[in-house]
Amino acid sequence: MRLSSGGLIDRTQPIGFQFDGHDYAGFQGDTLASALLANGVRTVARSFKYHRPRGIFSAGSEEPNALVTLGTGAQTEPNVRATTQELFAGLQARAQNCWPSVDWDVMQVNDLLADFLGAGFYYKTFMWPKKAWEAVYEPLIRRAAGIGKLSGADDPDLNEKAFAHCDLLVIGAGPTGLMAALVAAEAGADVILCDEDATLGGRLNAEVEEIGGQSARDWAAATLARLSDMANVRIMTRTTVTGVYDQGTFGALERVCRHLPPGRGKRPVDCFWRIVAKQAVLAAGAIERPVAFRNNDRPGVMLAGAVRSYVNRYAVSPGRAVTVFGNNDNAHRTARDLLAAGVHVAALVDAREGAKTDLAVPFYPGAVVERVFGANGVEAVSIRTAKGRERLHSDCVAVSGGWNPSVHLTCHLNGRPVWDAGLAAFLPAPGAVPNLIPAGAAAGVFSTAGCLASGAEAAGKALLALGLNAANTTIPQAEDGTYDITPLWQVPGRGRAWLDLHNDVTVKDVRGAAVENFRSVEHMKRYTTQGMAPDQGKTSNMGALAVLADVTGREVPQTGTTTYRPPFVPVPIAALGAGGRGMGFAPRRLTTSHDVSLSMNAPMIEAGLWYRSSYFPRQGEATWRQSCDREVAMVRNAVGICDVSTLGKIDIQGADAARFLDFVYTNTFSTLKPGRVRYGLMLREDGFVMDDGTTARLGPQHYVMTTTTAAAGLVMMHLEFVAQVLKPDWDVRLISVTEQWAQVAVAGPKSRALLQDLLGQDLSNDVFPVMACGPVTLAGVEGRLFRISFSGELAYEIAMPARYGESLFRLLVARAEALGGGAYGLEALNILRLEKGLLTHAELDGRTTAQDLGLERMMAPGKDFIGKAAASRPGLVAEDRARLIALKPVGPVKQITAGAFLFEQDAEPVRTNAQGHVTSAGFSPTLGHTIGLAFLQNGADRVGERVHMVDHLRQITTLCEVCEPVFFDPEGGRTRG
Amino acid sequence: MRLTCPNCGARDLREFTYQGAALNRPEGDWGESWDAYVHLRDNPAGPSQEYWYHGLGCAAFLRVERDTRTHDILLVALASGGAA
Repeated sequence: MRLSSGGLIDRTQPIGFQFDGHDYAGFQGDTLASALLANGVRTVARSFKYHRPRGIFSAGSEEPNALVTLGTGAQTEPNVRATTQELFAGLQARAQNCWPSVDWDVMQVNDLLADFLGAGFYYKTFMWPKKAWEAVYEPLIRRAAGIGKLSGADDPDLNEKAFAHCDLLVIGAGPTGLMAALVAAEAGADVILCDEDATLGGRLNAEVEEIGGQSARDWAAATLARLSDMANVRIMTRTTVTGVYDQGTFGALERVCRHLPPGRGKRPVDCFWRIVAKQAVLAAGAIERPVAFRNNDRPGVMLAGAVRSYVNRYAVSPGRAVTVFGNNDNAHRTARDLLAAGVHVAALVDAREGAKTDLAVPFYPGAVVERVFGANGVEAVSIRTAKGRERLHSDCVAVSGGWNPSVHLTCHLNGRPVWDAGLAAFLPAPGAVPNLIPAGAAAGVFSTAGCLASGAEAAGKALLALGLNAANTTIPQAEDGTYDITPLWQVPGRGRAWLDLHNDVTVKDVRGAAVENFRSVEHMKRYTTQGMAPDQGKTSNMGALAVLADVTGREVPQTGTTTYRPPFVPVPIAALGAGGRGMGFAPRRLTTSHDVSLSMNAPMIEAGLWYRSSYFPRQGEATWRQSCDREVAMVRNAVGICDVSTLGKIDIQGADAARFLDFVYTNTFSTLKPGRVRYGLMLREDGFVMDDGTTARLGPQHYVMTTTTAAAGLVMMHLEFVAQVLKPDWDVRLISVTEQWAQVAVAGPKSRALLQDLLGQDLSNDVFPVMACGPVTLAGVEGRLFRISFSGELAYEIAMPARYGESLFRLLVARAEALGGGAYGLEALNILRLEKGLLTHAELDGRTTAQDLGLERMMAPGKDFIGKAAASRPGLVAEDRARLIALKPVGPVKQITAGAFLFEQDAEPVRTNAQGHVTSAGFSPTLGHTIGLAFLQNGADRVGERVHMVDHLRQITTLCEVCEPVFFDPEGGRTRG
Repeated sequence: MRLTCPNCGARDLREFTYQGAALNRPEGDWGESWDAYVHLRDNPAGPSQEYWYHGLGCAAFLRVERDTRTHDILLVALASGGAA
């Protein structure tokens, strides 16, 4: 029911919206909750388990009941709290967890079965048969329970993440936060002021009181205006600080345009902030807690402070005859404000003996609300006094069990809150988070005057730590009332009394947990699901804990609290992962020949983040195999061109560069002459092979190392480790030059002719033998030439500065085509190296030793190198280790597949009999059959033997012959040609 | 979490990668000290000596003393021992 005047709403701006298919209207400044209340909508949701009707309970982010689904289609957003969702034109909301409608829900039958559905019901009932859990029970339960549902469609909305830094972060912009921000800002500190509300001021907007002679809300607005005029202050509205992390890092969720209609343009819906603050003031206020009594979950039962928010801020009365029920002074304000707004107060019930009031209302000191009546909402209340029971007509109960300081953020780094018996509440533990100063209601200071002073004091402490001098900011006069409370958690009696409204946990459930010996608060929580809903028990944990303490005969502090963990409010995964979709998740690394290769119709294959050409199809080739076979033949018979720039290149210089390489490689590089290249093998410190590659010596103190594409980053980091940590005194400098050089392989019998012609330079064996390297000039550009081969052919690799990479590739391909060759891709490269038994990371899989690979002679004696000691361990040199061999099919089945296992011919193909596995395989057009590389126990001694290759996944069994791992040109005459 | 790199200043955790316990590499043949270096790690509740790599920064290896109970960073120095 909308009141005729007052509130922070703009009555000149009506806003139309829909809830559950019905059209309603609210005003600018409304939340969805206040607009629904204004329209008399009481039932807005169905409860999680019993499907009981539920109404709006709070006026903030602590809301346990009023979770609705917003929007349609792909932009459907479930579990939106109606109490924080600002109203906008055309807003469409739907109730959750109900069918066919929120007013008549089929599943409310659950409520009749409540006696059987208590906590732990699922665990006890759906035990047998065991198989039925996954197949029947769980899907059934999941369908019946649960809350909002995702659309299942791709999220079309944008999200963002951002960083901010400041001297002082003020969390919460109520009286405490505003005062703290003002004091710090006037002293010149860089201040960020965050608040989750759209209109800042905290409770000042919800209460009727004065600060410094003006209304509290006007003071808040004026203070904000002052702050926003200051260049050193950043005010972040609609921003909830969600978590505290180490070294002054805070997570914060900004709802950037959730208050605007869809089609918001290119703005993100949410932005997740990481705010780094030297100091912080926690001015997050307090959250009111209810008292449990029979049927206290009915629509119409609300927090007393929330009723004031609706009356004072939104000019909405949640009822026509309101019963106010509390155990503290603060509740009386609700009766006062309702009266002032002209709303009938049916009763003011104060559980404290000897409570007093001056208000002209029916007053019941020393009494309690025992139960409410009404199936779909409060219709009447039963008040129990010392004299007996009285039933009153009432459609709303405003309940206050006291206030819990919002200590959540002080607990995120393991801090445990401290019980204050006077306030009957937990307070932040002193120094729980370094440089985070709790103040105001969050620190248990509940009067407005106290909050202002506390905020100023906290800012003063922060300024001191920052080395800034506080200016002379005056603290205005304000309300300085008392907060007297007598703890009351639940009203004893028959029937069900709710603690956790969201998860349908009752007093009886918590008692039941204790009876079943789940006496630890953490056990009770998990047994009953108390506090595990999206609201994380903000309004209910304290009550449940007190009930548990009572049942187990302990005091609250002995019972302890459950752990407060981030986030303080739910954070969409989309906001946390902003920027992490598609290429944001895996950026693409492209070679300089990428565009040319695409223009040649080459399909790309991913190698880490790199994109490499798979093959270059020509007219008439229908399958990749046809192209691959042709490219292999081209390299074997003419000349092929392949971009190999993706291999890691590390430039190594310094007086100790040679010594350094001797230490990181198993073999020796100090003896390598300038102008020569050597193949190197690198181990990890545990003795297994890390990587291999060629390293060229360009000068006495200058090497360039190549790594495999996959291990480039790993090797670079490893070398930095060795240089900085193990050998800090050596003069060696490293830099990755992978991106700086475009490197192209020119391979095949006609490669020399091609390059001699292109470079105008003699490349005969006498001048430029195998494993030579040296500078070359092409079209006036200085580059490097290496005579190295990954194909077993006469081959070179030519490197040019990356900006010439594309033209280099074009030029080489054109020259090669004129000689009957052309470009080849990764598929052909793989077959060429398989035919030669050359290694990739399929073989260097982190579990292989030099000996496994037949490279034990590369372990140079007489020098220390990384992995040397560990490589000598018995297990690493055992004779029966699986060693590298090659396979060829000799039976009717001709397939060899990577990943398949090897067995002796007469052995049953089961795991315990496996003797090795295939690492890579492919069809060799040169040999005319499939070939594979594999590791086989004692492999080196078993050449000529026959084994079964069994691929259990593809159901292939192939009889293979064990071969030496070099099929093609084992003497290497072609390479040296 | 934040680390104050001697070269770059205070930076966010995501610029760094943890590189394990800061141990001294033994010398000579395989033995108990090697086994401990390669395989055995303490799990201290308290100050822990460890290496961090500033991979998205200056590429320095840092020696960090961190209290595993509180995540307090007690010391950050260049692992090479040099000054920034």
